[in-house]
Amino acid sequence: MSDTTDNAKTNFKWVGKRTRRPDGPDKVTGRARYGDDMFMPGMLHGKTLRSPHAHAKILSIDTSKAEALKGVKAVVTHKDIPDHPLSKPPYGPAIADLHDISRNVMAREKVLYDGHAVAAVAATSERIARQALKLIEVEYEVLPHVLDPLEAAQPDAPVLHDHQFTLGVEPAPEKPSNVFRVVSTGRGDVDKGFAEADIIVEREFRTQPVHQGYIEPQALIASASEDGAVELWTTTQGHFVIRAFCAKLLKMDTATIRVTASEIGGGFGGKNNVYSEPVAIRLSQKTGRPVRMVMTREEVFRATGPASGTYSKVRMGAKKDGTLVAAEGVIYNQAGAFKGSPVLRSVDSFFSSYTVENVKTTAYDVCVNRPKVAAYRAPGAPMATLGAEMAINELADKLGMDPIDLRMKNAVQDGGQSVAGVKYGRIGLQEVLERAKNSDHYKSALGPNQGRGFALGYWMHGGGLSSVVANLLDDGTVAIATGNPDIGGSRSSMRAMAAEELGVELETIKPIVADTGSMGYSHLTAGSRTTFATGLAVINSVQEIIEKLRALAAKKWEIPVEDVTWEAGQAVTQRDGFEAMSLKQLAGMATKMGGPIAGHSEINAGGAGAAFCAQICDVEVDPETGFVAPKRHTIFLDAGRAISPDYVEGQMQGGAVQGIGWALNEEYIYDDKGRLLNTGFLDYRMPVASDLPMIDTVIIEVPNPNHPYGVRGVGEPPLVPAPAAVANAVENAIGVRATSLPLSPPKVLDMIESARPAVAAE
Amino acid sequence: MSKHMITATINGDEVDFTCHADQTLLDVLRENLHMTGTKNGCGSGDCGACTVILNGRPINACLVLGAEVDGADIETVEGMAKGTELHPLQQKFLDHAALQCGICTPGFLNMAKALLEKNPDPTETEVRFGLAGNLCRCTGYDKIVRAVMDAAAEMRANQS
Amino acid sequence: MNELRYEAPETIAATVALLAAEGAAAKVFAGGTDLIVQMKSEMIEPGLLVDIKKIAEARALSIGADEIRIGAAVTGAELGENDELKALLPGVVEAVQLIGSDQVQGRATVGGNLCNASPAADSVPALIAAGAKAVIAGPDGEREVAVDDLMKGPGKIDLNAGEFVVALSLPRPPKKSGDAYLRFIPRTEMDIAVVGAGVALSLDGDGKIAAARLALGAVAPTARLVPDATGILVGNTLTDDVLVALAEAASAACKPIDDKRGTIKFRTQVAGVMAGRAAKIAYERAEKN
Repeated sequence: MSDTTDNAKTNFKWVGKRTRRPDGPDKVTGRARYGDDMFMPGMLHGKTLRSPHAHAKILSIDTSKAEALKGVKAVVTHKDIPDHPLSKPPYGPAIADLHDISRNVMAREKVLYDGHAVAAVAATSERIARQALKLIEVEYEVLPHVLDPLEAAQPDAPVLHDHQFTLGVEPAPEKPSNVFRVVSTGRGDVDKGFAEADIIVEREFRTQPVHQGYIEPQALIASASEDGAVELWTTTQGHFVIRAFCAKLLKMDTATIRVTASEIGGGFGGKNNVYSEPVAIRLSQKTGRPVRMVMTREEVFRATGPASGTYSKVRMGAKKDGTLVAAEGVIYNQAGAFKGSPVLRSVDSFFSSYTVENVKTTAYDVCVNRPKVAAYRAPGAPMATLGAEMAINELADKLGMDPIDLRMKNAVQDGGQSVAGVKYGRIGLQEVLERAKNSDHYKSALGPNQGRGFALGYWMHGGGLSSVVANLLDDGTVAIATGNPDIGGSRSSMRAMAAEELGVELETIKPIVADTGSMGYSHLTAGSRTTFATGLAVINSVQEIIEKLRALAAKKWEIPVEDVTWEAGQAVTQRDGFEAMSLKQLAGMATKMGGPIAGHSEINAGGAGAAFCAQICDVEVDPETGFVAPKRHTIFLDAGRAISPDYVEGQMQGGAVQGIGWALNEEYIYDDKGRLLNTGFLDYRMPVASDLPMIDTVIIEVPNPNHPYGVRGVGEPPLVPAPAAVANAVENAIGVRATSLPLSPPKVLDMIESARPAVAAE
Repeated sequence: MSKHMITATINGDEVDFTCHADQTLLDVLRENLHMTGTKNGCGSGDCGACTVILNGRPINACLVLGAEVDGADIETVEGMAKGTELHPLQQKFLDHAALQCGICTPGFLNMAKALLEKNPDPTETEVRFGLAGNLCRCTGYDKIVRAVMDAAAEMRANQS
Repeated sequence: MNELRYEAPETIAATVALLAAEGAAAKVFAGGTDLIVQMKSEMIEPGLLVDIKKIAEARALSIGADEIRIGAAVTGAELGENDELKALLPGVVEAVQLIGSDQVQGRATVGGNLCNASPAADSVPALIAAGAKAVIAGPDGEREVAVDDLMKGPGKIDLNAGEFVVALSLPRPPKKSGDAYLRFIPRTEMDIAVVGAGVALSLDGDGKIAAARLALGAVAPTARLVPDATGILVGNTLTDDVLVALAEAASAACKPIDDKRGTIKFRTQVAGVMAGRAAKIAYERAEKN
């Protein structure tokens, strides 16, 4: 299933092979411990009181009756969470404003969404904690609310934050606004470009917020001791980041908090943030006992961050021969209650697969009375990509060109750049498009009521901070500790890379995820960066061990170290009379000859590579009901180098299916009071096994020159084009333009009806 | 609140516990017995993460009361392997990379086990509909379905 | 839920006594697939759960010469394993078997689905089409009520103090009968019906429809019979004209709402589609019978 297009260094022993993951047996036997699988003696149970209003002033909070309830040991409100001043510009792609986080963790002046945390209790049982919540009296002054980003951007909309004045508009506004910032990027002159176009296509779209949908709700235990030290066990994508948030928010020294990451039951970006952690720490500090806090599924939907809902407009102009001459994209992202939707990623995601001389993209970060958005697998990209890819398909249709041919004609080349000016090195875009064009799927015929959609996505993955420690034990085994929670099999990839470097059997390497007290900082397991950046740090650490092993052998042999090389797990020399020494032998000697051997690496990995992903989706539509059935789906992804092909395939399939759900049935539904109606998996409709066909994968490998094994991050790219591929397929099946997601049956049926010739009145 | 003293057989062993009337079997397994292999994904029967086998039938433990399982026979994921010998389903899930984060895996294993006991030679469609009550967000179900079909084939071969 | 008690009586009389004594604070508990969800979300706060799974009459399933009796606490999974019942009332069985996942099927009961009285309950349109009656036990003895008449509104059934549904009684269908239940949901599983249509037909010697009932679910405060459908179908076969008329009658009978599962417009339109498709399946089954 893997297609290696670049033939450099392909005869690996472990890299690229299908190996068994080290955490596997624990996960199939129920032994592995996730966030809610930990117990501590004397543990209390924490529960959170949440706002029933979408927007209201908090006039008073009276917790006295709750505090008096037998079994209640502590109550926390915003009084117990420090306030922080607003952050100041400049702002990067991700915003972590402690002023906002403090208020999201526990509402202060106002509640800003249905489900916003207002108070929390810790009690001896969950039953008592829930009872206590009912005894907390909160006086609200309900305010008008706004849920839609276009509405919220209007001057007469209810304003969430009086201190927020839109950045990025001239002249600087005097009235506060729900629009936090407007960002824009591009090149050339779009007006000139459109003037030269032979054909112009214009599309408008709306998408709804969608939740990451991880099956494991947030869960943690915080345990504070009398000397100020805090232990935190939590399900997270980045325990070092959680530590930082908690310490800064609560104004504690970073080193006083030690965070252990449990196994994580799904994240997809949604577990990069703190929600209950600071509250649980406070409750534990007040009681001197560990405090467990687990969200219910309803809380996960009401109060944790989805991906932004959007409104977007796309305009594309081309010459008769298909050359793109101008492209413009505008998107409004819902940020939820606090600023920080991924606008910088949005503006870079519209047209970055294409060489267009004249491009302008703009994104608005708009606050609305919904939960604060969180990252979701390529944040900002699927929504911007939707509009662009639908527009390009319409151009292809109007020009009478094959949709893949049109893209090939305009495909960005090696050395090109994204819309925002990020430079590409060697990229595999052409290879991805060629494989898609020549695939069985693309050539196959469609049946009645069926349609085919094609879409292309781009994602530049992260590098960033990673730390690794590798210890060579005296029996020749190697313990490798990373600081990245393993969401999808990264321990397997780390082990493969380490074993490859050392030239030893896989079982020699024991990878673990260590806590924050045991090693240096690692950034999140997110941004498709882990195999790339943490992998790099693993390779560096192992190379340091190899250097020390060479030196040890040289010392033992009494020859210069330059004459010693490391080959296939052994120290060897060209000099006569010396037999090679294995890792095991050398390890056994180490303690007597200088001390234990270890390697470590703390890096800020650069050299991230762009990854391109194309998808072909076939659907069948029931013309009488609007029901859409996915029939066939193929994903083409340039993975650079697939360290663990099984798991790269898994990322591709999982991302594509999330995209299918996004396109067809997932959305947040609110009542007219701004309260969330679908707070569970019954009515937040994610795909189930019977909804889907097998998801076919084609891994293309055009190695990233900036990584020793050529790795490109693969976690995120598979979601980027997926909603567009599905939407395009539905359009193709029914011959009607799609203008909003999800394409649920009532909407599709309406679309079908709109295309039927009008029936004369009887 | 009534309290109930219950004796049930769990993974072949007799287990005693006391529970409140409002505790579900899921609550009892996880909180009273510390058997955390059975997971809580939603608490309302919509995700299947808490699937266990009760008197031979796969059910959601979140929708059964602890008080009603006196004398019952319960199988959880912790009892699926024979000592350290993995069940073919467990092995095939590993072989086929049918898990990424693994939180849904115990529920899928129990449901698949029950499905194959009733229908040892299912079609892909039967497997997909049989597993429709188990949500997975990581895998897109493809490798799970392959693992179950492959385990079914191996189990049929072992029988003959 | 603080004062919740659980009891599992073993006879009808004991059950009636408990229910009568406790009054409105008592809830009959069978599969729990709705009840436990409602308790956990604090939609209801019962004082006593009366588990009827130990009552023989509630667990019995009998197929006689004239009557089929399904105990209220018989599960969907058990119904699905009864080949004789599947052959006689495939529509009723498939309706009950559509409730939730296989895991839910292991617990969900006909009686529970009926008495929970969701307007979208899958079993109810099929039961109504098949002419089912609820067998009710209470302080004043036993009585039978047509399922159609039992449903009073969302979550409301016509039971007096101390009463509970012990079983469902259905007439054994004659030869050349067929029933079918179809529902529309946005996915392929795991959704509450947006529209449900139950059709029961029997044919005469010439293949014409001799008797017919259509009931719709999820398109009104209760599932209900569509009386006009009988007139449209009886004496005919399923010609295009008949199907168009049937669809129109089905749509006309709808009094749906807009909610998170469907719109008025959609439900009304799709009710017609589902009625027609269910009728075709029922007819095919009747022919083969």
